[in-house]
Amino acid sequence: MDAKELITNKVKENFSDSIVEITDFRNDLSIVILPNKILELAKFLKENDELSFLMCKDVTAIDWATRKKRFTVVYHIYSFKLNFNLRIKANLEEEPYRIETVTSIWPSANWYERETYDMFGIEFLNHPDLRRMYMPEGFEYHPLRKDFPLLGIPDSLPLPQKPE
Amino acid sequence: MGLEAKLNQDGFITTTVDAIVSWARKSSVWPMPMGISCCAIEMIAAADPKYDIARFGSEVMRFTPRQCDLMIVAGTVTYKMAQVVRRIYDQMPEPKWVIAMGACTSSGGMYRSYSVVQGIDQFLPVDVYTAGCPPRPENLLNALMTIQEKISKTRARDFQDIIPQNLELSNAK
Amino acid sequence: MDKIKKVYSDEKIYKKLLEDNNITIEDALENEMVINMGPQHPATHGVLRLVLRLDGETVLKVVPELGYLHRGYEKMAENMSFIEFIPHTDRLDYTATLCNNVAYVLAVEKLAGIEAPPRAQWIRMIVAELARIAAHMIAIGTFAMDVGAVTMVMWTFRERERIQEIFDRVAGARFTTSYTRLGGVASDIDDEAIKMIKHFLDTFEPGLKDMDDLMLHNRIFIERLEGIGVLSKEDAIAFGVTGPNLRASGVEYDVRKAKPYLFYDQVDFNIPTYKEGDSLARYFLRGDEVRESVKILYQCLEKIPAGEVLANDPKKVLPHKTEIYTKMEELIHDFMIINHGINPPVGDSFFSVENPKGELGFYIVSNGTGQPWRMKIRSPSFCNLQVLPKICQGAMVSDVIAIIGSLDPVMGEADK
Repeated sequence: MDAKELITNKVKENFSDSIVEITDFRNDLSIVILPNKILELAKFLKENDELSFLMCKDVTAIDWATRKKRFTVVYHIYSFKLNFNLRIKANLEEEPYRIETVTSIWPSANWYERETYDMFGIEFLNHPDLRRMYMPEGFEYHPLRKDFPLLGIPDSLPLPQKPE
Repeated sequence: MGLEAKLNQDGFITTTVDAIVSWARKSSVWPMPMGISCCAIEMIAAADPKYDIARFGSEVMRFTPRQCDLMIVAGTVTYKMAQVVRRIYDQMPEPKWVIAMGACTSSGGMYRSYSVVQGIDQFLPVDVYTAGCPPRPENLLNALMTIQEKISKTRARDFQDIIPQNLELSNAK
Repeated sequence: MDKIKKVYSDEKIYKKLLEDNNITIEDALENEMVINMGPQHPATHGVLRLVLRLDGETVLKVVPELGYLHRGYEKMAENMSFIEFIPHTDRLDYTATLCNNVAYVLAVEKLAGIEAPPRAQWIRMIVAELARIAAHMIAIGTFAMDVGAVTMVMWTFRERERIQEIFDRVAGARFTTSYTRLGGVASDIDDEAIKMIKHFLDTFEPGLKDMDDLMLHNRIFIERLEGIGVLSKEDAIAFGVTGPNLRASGVEYDVRKAKPYLFYDQVDFNIPTYKEGDSLARYFLRGDEVRESVKILYQCLEKIPAGEVLANDPKKVLPHKTEIYTKMEELIHDFMIINHGINPPVGDSFFSVENPKGELGFYIVSNGTGQPWRMKIRSPSFCNLQVLPKICQGAMVSDVIAIIGSLDPVMGEADK
């Protein structure tokens, strides 16, 4: 059987009660799972011999602004064995927005999660080094949230004075 | 340059000395390439064999501000980087000039967002603005020639008793 | 003043730098230094800040800091239509501008379900491979300049100027071209341009041979780079490194062969791979990739068919300007597309291509309107820089410069 069916069957076998849905749009498979099971699913996907998703390509988030589950954390992982890109999503519901980190399984998620924290304000529990990535340390807002204006908030980033 | 600067006249000797000094200054402008993003590649291209900036005397692109007199700000300046650019500008000795290369430094360019400074003239005194995204190397050479014209019109007494302003800003942080 | 000190403070970086979890120091003299290799530095390939903790000349720990070129691409993408974003993609990896254009347009075409005609696909392949050669020329030149061979920058830029003349003829601009469009390319290439490309390919090899003769038998160069910055295969996969850095560590992964896009499955080329994973392997690999690109280009020039260059899909593809001025239907479609957008279906998609620096991916979430709801750019340089603290441990300060040059980051895409 091909890679998509293999993955769908294996994930359904082991995590049947935590999966919210599995979709297939434009030939991309994505699995939506409950946020408290993300670490187990990640461990299973990496260590299973037939699947072996060794590389995490990206971790990011989407801000839905008006839905009840405001943020969705999205992971893109890749398996060399099956030559397959998989997407995992987890919906976060209320303040404070927290999810477990996957750095212990895929070390490349370290900087991706820092960037997501900087841009969205989602805290990753047990992250080895959670500080801001792009904005300066003392910046108080999270730029990619939908309530932050594109032109920024005046005086949030000070400039040096012009010499006379 | 002490005595001539203090003679506030336009006599024969002072104007000749002025002419010689400004000829020497404009023929060997040493640029300080503050290459931040895409315009930096075009600045290196202005130094390559096809567009040869060396024939203007600017071959030594020293990356240390203490030995330069022209700062070419090439690339988008963000708020975080503005502190660094200003610090380097303060470390350059007088007389110094600034070229704002490209649209991003002149006015923020195509980036109208929360982290890009809309024009470096908000915190630096700019002498020549260059248009383009990125400006062609010939455009940068034109800006350099404009600076040379500007230098040739200076007089020695313009630079007397320069005390660096804003010393606290340089020592900050 | 206090506001400046509060906002741009460095305490967390120093805290991370001085934590001591796996460093043992035998010498009781405690000659540790903290040095800042600041954002303005001749050899950091852009505005990258490194804070180094040194024991004499040996590096104990490196903490990189990014964000000095963060321009807010992802936020801007949510406020402009898909077509308006094409010039912004030029400035991502600004050494290979046409590759980024091709990547973005392919990602949006996948989401919206547009198919470009064959001639446009072959033209995209040709310009992408030329941009790959140009980017590797900068990488090789500046890398050699960092380790001391200043002549290489002049020679590689001379070759790059010839490629930029070709881009001038084909796309109208030498550097930031914005040549591709949704559904094809902006304009056709004429016979004069094809002659120029053929002439360039025929006379390129002597220049490469000159560069090889200069560098490959130079004992200082080889001793400076051999065994420096070794990246093992497991580390490379675990840290998400892609592109030439991954292939120099022994993993044969190239998106052009793994998930072929455009017509890469119809041309014949190899993927060079090295096992050692040190800086010298990464240098050789880029030279080999340039030669493979030349092979691909010869085959593309033979196989390119005749035809049109813009797809005929009036609701999603902008018609050509000459037709808008003269025909009624095209004028109406142009108006609708510019004002209301192309309206792809609700959903999300991820598409990645092989850029000269690694794997560039676009993850676009659409909510049915003409502007994306979220666009994430998976940039290769950001992921490649993650591995820097690990491979710089135990090296000398001058080796740090050689390692950065061999990893070849571009801050325009690392900072987005």
